[in-house]
Order: sequence, then C-alpha cells, then structure tokens
Amino acid sequence: MKKILVILLLAVVGFYIAGTFFDIGFGNSHFVKNDAIKPVKDTYLQQTVQELKVSNTVTSIVVNFRGFDTLGEVTVLFLSVTALGSILYKKRHHVGERSVLFSASSIVTSGSKLLFPAIVLLGTYVFIHGHLSPGGGFQGGVIIATGFLLMLLAYENYSVSHTSLAIVESLAGVTFAGVGLLGYMNGGTFLQNFLPAGTLNDLFSGGVIPIIYIAVGFKVAAELTGVIYTVLNEKGENHG
Amino acid sequence: MAFILIAVLLLLMIAAAIYAVVQKDLLYAVIATGIISLVLSILFYLLQAPDVALTEAAIGVALTTIIFVITIRNTERMEDEPQNDNNIKSEVK
Repeated sequence: MKKILVILLLAVVGFYIAGTFFDIGFGNSHFVKNDAIKPVKDTYLQQTVQELKVSNTVTSIVVNFRGFDTLGEVTVLFLSVTALGSILYKKRHHVGERSVLFSASSIVTSGSKLLFPAIVLLGTYVFIHGHLSPGGGFQGGVIIATGFLLMLLAYENYSVSHTSLAIVESLAGVTFAGVGLLGYMNGGTFLQNFLPAGTLNDLFSGGVIPIIYIAVGFKVAAELTGVIYTVLNEKGENHG
Repeated sequence: MAFILIAVLLLLMIAAAIYAVVQKDLLYAVIATGIISLVLSILFYLLQAPDVALTEAAIGVALTTIIFVITIRNTERMEDEPQNDNNIKSEVK
C-alpha cells in the first residue's frame, strides 16, 4: 500500500515537473516568449561589453556583479577544508608511511613528471585568462590540484609543505578581501571596480577582475591540494 | 541531429546512474558516477555553457572520483548484503 502511494506521488510530481520543462524546451537560448519584456541578460551583456570591457560574461557576473557571492563561496570552501583538516589531523601519518595498493611503475612516474608542469601551466592559463576565455579561478585551481594529485599518486614520498599551502591560501584570501575593501574606499561599494577597464579582448582589461580571479585560483588550488594530501595520508585502521 | 545526440547522451547518463546504484562492487559504481559527470560536461558544452562544462569536468570527473576511490581503498570495496530482511521491513513500517 505504501509503495503504491509513493509511486503515485512520484508520478504526480514527475508529471508537473516534466510539463514545466516541456513548456520551456530543452536547450533554448531564451525563455521569454513575449519580446516586449526586456530580459535581464540583455542588460548584463550590454554592461559587460560596454562598461567593463570583458569578453566572458559569466566571469563578469561571477566576479563583478555578484562578487560578494563569490567571496561567500570561497569562504564556504575554506571552512569545509578547515573542518576536514581538523577531523583528520590526529590520524595523519608521517610522510612515506602512506598506504599504497601497489607502487607505481616507472612509466607512471616518468609520465607524471612530464605531465605535471603542463597541467599546472594549463591551470594557470585558465585562471589568468578567466575574463577572456571560458574558465576562471575555480576551474584553474581545480586543474592545478589534479596536477598535484597526479604527483602524489605517482611518488610515494612526494610531500607538500602544509606551511606554504597555508601561506599561499591566506595571502590569496587577504588579496581578495583587500581588493574588495579598496573598491569600498574608492567607489563606495564593496568590490567596486576602481581600475581602468582597458580595451576589449586585452589581457590587462576588466579592471580588478583578473586580480581577483588570480587570487581565487591560488586559493582554490592550495585548498584542494591540502584536501587531497590530507585524505591520501589518512590510513585505515584495518587495512594497509 | 543535435537532438538525437543529446537524447543519446541523456540515456547514457540514466543508464550509468542505474548501473551505479545496482552494482555491488563500489569501485565500478564510482567509475559509473564519473561517467555521469563526463557525459554531463559534454552536454553542458553542447548547450553552450563552456564555463560550467570546465567546472564539471575538473571537479566531477577528476576530483570527486579520486576522493571516492581513496575512500574505498581505506574502507570496504564490496557493498554488504543486508543481513536481515525482516529488520529493515519492520523499520519501514
């Protein structure tokens, strides 16, 4: 009886959700059927290109129009990393005692040594060109963290200094908040753009957006590398 | 043409999700979850959202999968069978 009720409920909910999405259509570029109403996106697109001179609209919204939200996101990531570190801290083992299923072959070790600089370079490219091409601080930071992950998997005694990770992470966070406060002093609101916008499609354009995204990239890379390092050095009590 | 491609990708996602739930070997289940993220990132790219596609590819395919694999290595690889069916049924009621 209960199962039938659950199936009935799911069917009703699914019917209405499917109806809503059927009305919108899958992958449409605009939702507004009535052309008389000017959508919000047009305002954003216009301001992004004409005032900020940024070619990637997503970046301009994430860092400039919704910059305070991004600061909140970075804080959430920082808090979760801190919580993970504080839970796993006591159980952490010394370098070299990492439990491995099997040691990496020479192909894997030399291959990762070759790939590691390329991965870090790609990540750096992604967050430096965040305002020109798809990507940004979060994506670039995660790509750099996967590079460190590759090295940690390939070399059993590869270690990352927690002190330098903490320093990089704190400096990046302070830069983000400091740029925001500078905007508050110059323009009147937090994270206000106070540098000249430059020309469209230039590397040095968009005011404070590249500075903030570089800070976010360093911060995310340091945090996620710390997470991977902490989790990898966590040793199960029954195994290993 | 694009509609057929998107439909095939969506069906692949559903199939991988069902496989991940049914599979008893958790390592295969985690790989299936990674396939869901990979297909989702292709889908985001097809729908002209390259930023989200990059995020999904980097976090969903690489980072989450690896953290799950490390977790499986430190715990159990095979999913346990429920030992007593009657207990579970009485809890549901």
